[in-house]
Amino acid sequence: MKICCLVKEVPDAAVQKRIDPDTKRLDRSGERNLNPFDTHGIEAAMQIREGGAAEVEEIVAVTMGPDTAARALHKAVALGADRSVHLSDDALSGSDVCATGYALAKVLESESPDLVLLGQQSDDGECYTIGAVVADHLKMPSLTQVIKMDVTDGKLRCERQAEYGYDTVEIELPAVISVGDAINEPRYPSLKAIMGAKKKPLDTKATGDVGIEGDRVGESGSQTAVLAINPPPEKEAGEIIEDEDTNETVEKIVAWLDERKLI
Amino acid sequence: MAGILTYALHDGEGNFNQNSLGAVSEAAKLVGDIGGEAAALVVGDVDDAQAASLGAHGAAKVYRAKGVEEGLAQPIVDAMAKVISENDISYALFGGGLLGFEIGAGLTARLGAGVTMEVTAVKADGDKLVAERPVLQDSAIVDVGYVSEPGVIIGRLNAFDANDGGGGDAEVVDIEVELSDFSTKAKMVTRGESGDEGGVDIADADVLVGSGRGFGGEENLSVARDLASALGGEVAATRAIVDAGWIPYATQIGQTGKTVAPKLYLAAGVSGAIQHKVGMQNSENIVAINKDQNAPIFEYCDLGIVGDLHKIMPKLTEAIKAKKGG
Repeated sequence: MKICCLVKEVPDAAVQKRIDPDTKRLDRSGERNLNPFDTHGIEAAMQIREGGAAEVEEIVAVTMGPDTAARALHKAVALGADRSVHLSDDALSGSDVCATGYALAKVLESESPDLVLLGQQSDDGECYTIGAVVADHLKMPSLTQVIKMDVTDGKLRCERQAEYGYDTVEIELPAVISVGDAINEPRYPSLKAIMGAKKKPLDTKATGDVGIEGDRVGESGSQTAVLAINPPPEKEAGEIIEDEDTNETVEKIVAWLDERKLI
Repeated sequence: MAGILTYALHDGEGNFNQNSLGAVSEAAKLVGDIGGEAAALVVGDVDDAQAASLGAHGAAKVYRAKGVEEGLAQPIVDAMAKVISENDISYALFGGGLLGFEIGAGLTARLGAGVTMEVTAVKADGDKLVAERPVLQDSAIVDVGYVSEPGVIIGRLNAFDANDGGGGDAEVVDIEVELSDFSTKAKMVTRGESGDEGGVDIADADVLVGSGRGFGGEENLSVARDLASALGGEVAATRAIVDAGWIPYATQIGQTGKTVAPKLYLAAGVSGAIQHKVGMQNSENIVAINKDQNAPIFEYCDLGIVGDLHKIMPKLTEAIKAKKGG
């Protein structure tokens, strides 16, 4: 079995994020990190390999993004991927979800994976859609927000929570699965793995290398356009108490609740 | 091209999801501005009366694909893509929820359509739609327009209100859908059931103690139960601790759980990410206890306490009991 893990480089959670008013895109300068949700996808791949339910020949980390995104791939390799593929091309800049999903599907197609794993959402874009977009392009079955996954007889048995509770779904391979963060506890990479990550093969590919049609990606190939950026409606800030003396804090809470007739 | 197609999710027996009904009503309102018809698609076991009842919420026409199973996205993408293409429909609109996200994403790929997700409002600009989407933990709202049609709009939970405008029955049109090969390769073994049996209905409680991963373990939830009981309320949960198996699904707030608006929502050890926020933000009073001062919940609570819930909550429970007793 060959598993591709889609990963993304995102601004570090501690960094104040902003939208560049000129380009109307997320300002991606500053500290960056591997999308924490994607680490669960890599861990799921490692557990299939180590659990022995299927013979995993290769785990390949795949990303799309500017030069710096290679760092997310190094982290993915440190966590267990065997090699990585970096789709990087100026022509991709400004791609919306539709264009990004198409481009990722093309680079995945060139790898012919049996299973594509990714995190259920990116830490920056707060969108849950890319797995299902990619799956439709690849003509593979797909399920998102999976929290339990077993491989048996070349099929996946998945559990996920939808509108009416927990569904159990059986899926034939090849398939695209986005995983929720409850699926596993990602391991920490060993120092040796971190040091060795840059020595593992990393292929950098341009759009032409994987057959991406130029007019379907980038800002000009996107089907949505950001027209304006507005501040949210003003909301009065709440009162914040730092708990130093707990008895005093509790008194304050009780008084606050009592004032509003909530006790 | 003209008109809007929505998808009306149901429980398998034709009882429609509230967020889907919201999308139907929103579509009816929007076609008043951009023209065309508000239509809905239903799949599976929905009888004539149930399908026609979507007319009361604003649907002029209901496409019913009886041969397509409810609950998995890809066969429904096949159905919606067919209806949109054959009827030259301009937009697909989804209420908040998991399945809408999956179907909307699939349609994006299938139709080469632009998509906007987590949409909180939709407005008309001439005969086009513009979607409003909060970004960066709701610190900005972007207006997203569509370069081409069709366009896909996926709402945030509770973004659209269902009306019972007293419209008459919708016209029901049965359709046959040829499924894509890959759409048949995922099979529902068991579909979730709402899981309310024997439990309390948190949606009716006046006071809820929202509990999250900050409790550290199932064994510590008694602290939340004690406080809830002192306040005369119930314990509610984040998805994280439901997925972890600490507490039943029936208590879950948010994206794929319940929407609540109690008089008091006291959140402890809850970071307050968007998926949780959308399920409880209309609570009258929100109190948050969290040791992480950067937790998003401090951005929208009325009273926030930065501190250790394990230290604060037992004392708070005692103080409230004393207050009530005295």
